Amino acid sequence: MDYLNNFFLIALPYLALAIFLIGTIFRYTSRKFQFSSLSSQFLEGRKLFYGSVPFHWGVIFVFFGHLIAFLFPGSVLAWNSQPLRLMILEITAFIFGISMLVGLINLVIRRYTTARLSPVTNKMDLIVYVLLIIQTVAGLWIAYNFRWGSSWFSTLLTPYLYSIFTFNPDITAVSLLPWPVKLHIAGAFVILSIFPFTRLVHMLVLPLNYLWRPYQQVTWYWNRKKVRSSSTPWSLQRPENT
Amino acid sequence: MDVRSQISMVFHLDKCIGCHTCSIACKNIWTDRKGAEYMWWNNVETKPGTGYPTKWEDQEVYRGGWKKSNGKVNLLGTGKRRGLTNIFYNPNLPVIDDYYEPFTYKYLDLIESPEGDDQPTARPVSLITGKPIDIKMGPNWDDDLSGTPDFGRNDPNLKNLSAEEQEVMFQLERMAFFYLPRICNHCLNPACVASCPSGAIYKRGEDGVVLINQEVCRAWRMCVTACPYKKSYYNWYTGKSEKCILCFPRIEAGLAPACMHSCVGRIRYLGVLLYDADRIESAVHKDDEDLIDGHLDIILDPFDEKVIQAAKMSGVADSTIHSAQYSPVYKYVKQWKLALPLHAEFRTLPMLFYVPPLLPVMATVKQVDNTEGGKMMNPIAKYWDDNWLYDTSTTELWGTLDQVRFPLKYLANLLSAGNEEMIKDKWKKLMAVRIHRRRVTVGDISQEKTDEVLREAGLTAEMADGIFYLTALAKFEDRFVIPPAHREQAIEMLDFTGDTKGEVGFGFKSKVKRGL
Ligand code: HEM
Ligand code: SF4
Ligand code: SF4
Repeated sequence: MDYLNNFFLIALPYLALAIFLIGTIFRYTSRKFQFSSLSSQFLEGRKLFYGSVPFHWGVIFVFFGHLIAFLFPGSVLAWNSQPLRLMILEITAFIFGISMLVGLINLVIRRYTTARLSPVTNKMDLIVYVLLIIQTVAGLWIAYNFRWGSSWFSTLLTPYLYSIFTFNPDITAVSLLPWPVKLHIAGAFVILSIFPFTRLVHMLVLPLNYLWRPYQQVTWYWNRKKVRSSSTPWSLQRPENT
Repeated sequence: MDVRSQISMVFHLDKCIGCHTCSIACKNIWTDRKGAEYMWWNNVETKPGTGYPTKWEDQEVYRGGWKKSNGKVNLLGTGKRRGLTNIFYNPNLPVIDDYYEPFTYKYLDLIESPEGDDQPTARPVSLITGKPIDIKMGPNWDDDLSGTPDFGRNDPNLKNLSAEEQEVMFQLERMAFFYLPRICNHCLNPACVASCPSGAIYKRGEDGVVLINQEVCRAWRMCVTACPYKKSYYNWYTGKSEKCILCFPRIEAGLAPACMHSCVGRIRYLGVLLYDADRIESAVHKDDEDLIDGHLDIILDPFDEKVIQAAKMSGVADSTIHSAQYSPVYKYVKQWKLALPLHAEFRTLPMLFYVPPLLPVMATVKQVDNTEGGKMMNPIAKYWDDNWLYDTSTTELWGTLDQVRFPLKYLANLLSAGNEEMIKDKWKKLMAVRIHRRRVTVGDISQEKTDEVLREAGLTAEMADGIFYLTALAKFEDRFVIPPAHREQAIEMLDFTGDTKGEVGFGFKSKVKRGL
């Protein structure tokens, strides 16, 4: 049992983080062309709505929920100190979790019942779907059966994750948790480890820059005012249009 | 004044014969690839017709371009707020069926089928799924008004034409049409650029070509919605959007773009225009009636000393200024004022201009006595013995203008944001040139009458000759005045484009490998 705990709660996280970092950086720097959300809306534009929209809003809310619980455990506990507020938080989170699951199921049905999507579906899509579904179902199971996650996350999981990130892994507390919780933890790291090899990379290139950039973009290969001056030094660097 | 140079185009619609050679030239070079089969960066559509993709002009459906409301100009269906909140699902994205499902035929079945009682057939198969399909739609399905009830009658430009006017257009005896070849307009206020959340689309400062950086595009598919001309296409296989690149590798090597080079009707002209970038914003904010004037206003006179000086200050090369002075586009658009932008009301300031068609709308069929003509003809030559004549004579001067077979309103909806006078003005010029040349070559029209016509059209005899030359006689170098590329500014020029055929192409070389 110790052996398994050590593997899934210590070795796997480090392995996953290493693969995630190296893989994503490698892919971003040398396989840029393959960075894409790979939208399939062009081939099927109706059913996607019932999948993509609930799934994405769900996953984003749930993801930020986890992130906040990890980064600001104190404030989450303070919020939860009143039962009503705890209930509100838990129920909203649960609803977003359900929305994510419903979206996912719709996405899977859409992808495997639409003939036109088969040429743009690969094994990795299947793996992503399966992992995400397992992860979501486990998450919902925990939320329902092992209450109240938003509170015990801050006392149990935050220290564990913190210990992982500070290279001082401490699993004494988490190894006592029931197996679905462990599955949820391990699942997260499995997803992280396949992350660079899937379409999931699209979430890293979320175009927030768009919010503050001017609408129009004009690019010169060279500084056009300087290019005419004989004092401009020659450069071998090719300017990039990014 | 911030002077910039823009490679712009004029398409002379009177000359287009609808042969689609341009489309094929383009397809052969750029879009003969998986995921791009359905794309026609250059397409030619029959007007009236719904075009490609179906009804692309109807922004109620496609939500492309900019819209002015309360003095502010905003993207219609995309933009910062709408683009980012609709990023998971873009409610205004055209889908493959709005274009057509690309197909091929199983030709091998013709050869490889086992012997049998029946002739083998080549069944159509989808180029997406590889499965047999029933072809419902194809490129130019409505060519030459075929399927008019489904296509011609649904043309969005028929809006605000009365039922009678429409009826007249589609009467069999009066049926008329023309072709509208379209490529990306390489706009000055491109909606595609503005809508791209990743910032993958950019306008090249040196020559104004609008490009999509394939390494930065992330398939947020906003540009497809935003371009009101639907000239940004989504490659369903690579997960990247693509668009006309104005054959920039060819331009940088001094060659005309493939569509223009191959144009059979020689309708296409390409040259530099200098414009004042500081005034783009005010031009975009003009009211609908003043849009075109505002647009043409920011195009500068390349002979003006002040403009030349300012151009030099802004880093425009001397050779480019020189090309601008010889630009056929400048002549058509500014000197002769013969060409108009397509659907200026979309407010992208398109830099492709069209000379409105005169021939298909003016000609009438009338009954004449043909016996004299018949006698003069070689006995084996054919003549219309039933005495019907396809008549384009212009002795009635402007009288025929209001009896045209195409309602003015239709062309005005297409080319002048609804301003009928503007179209009339171009038609008068086109007719004046014909009358003038008829006086010169046939001599059956008097000098006074010609002078009167020219004066009324706002032309001089020299201008009319110039228009005649550039329209009818112009040689390759007259039609395409390409500014010399500057090696130090044109990096793509060093690449051999043949290497990139069938690959990711344009810009960098790598195998087309779809992401996971
Ligand atoms: C952070 C912001 C995110 C943005 C802007 C975004 C955007 C997109 C877009 C545009 C698509 C393509 C939809 C189409 O076919 O048209 C997509 C698909 C997808 N996204 Fe996201 N996404 C984000 C976050 C996430 C996250 C956090 C996950 C999961 C952990 C995720 C998982 C997926 C999956 C699995 C698909 C494929 C859907 C399918 O076609 O079946 N995304 N995303
Ligand atoms: S025509 Fe469309 S794709 Fe081309 S520059 Fe204008 S907005 Fe962009
Ligand atoms: S090649 Fe020229 S004449 Fe032929 S369809 Fe194209 S634009 Fe018209």
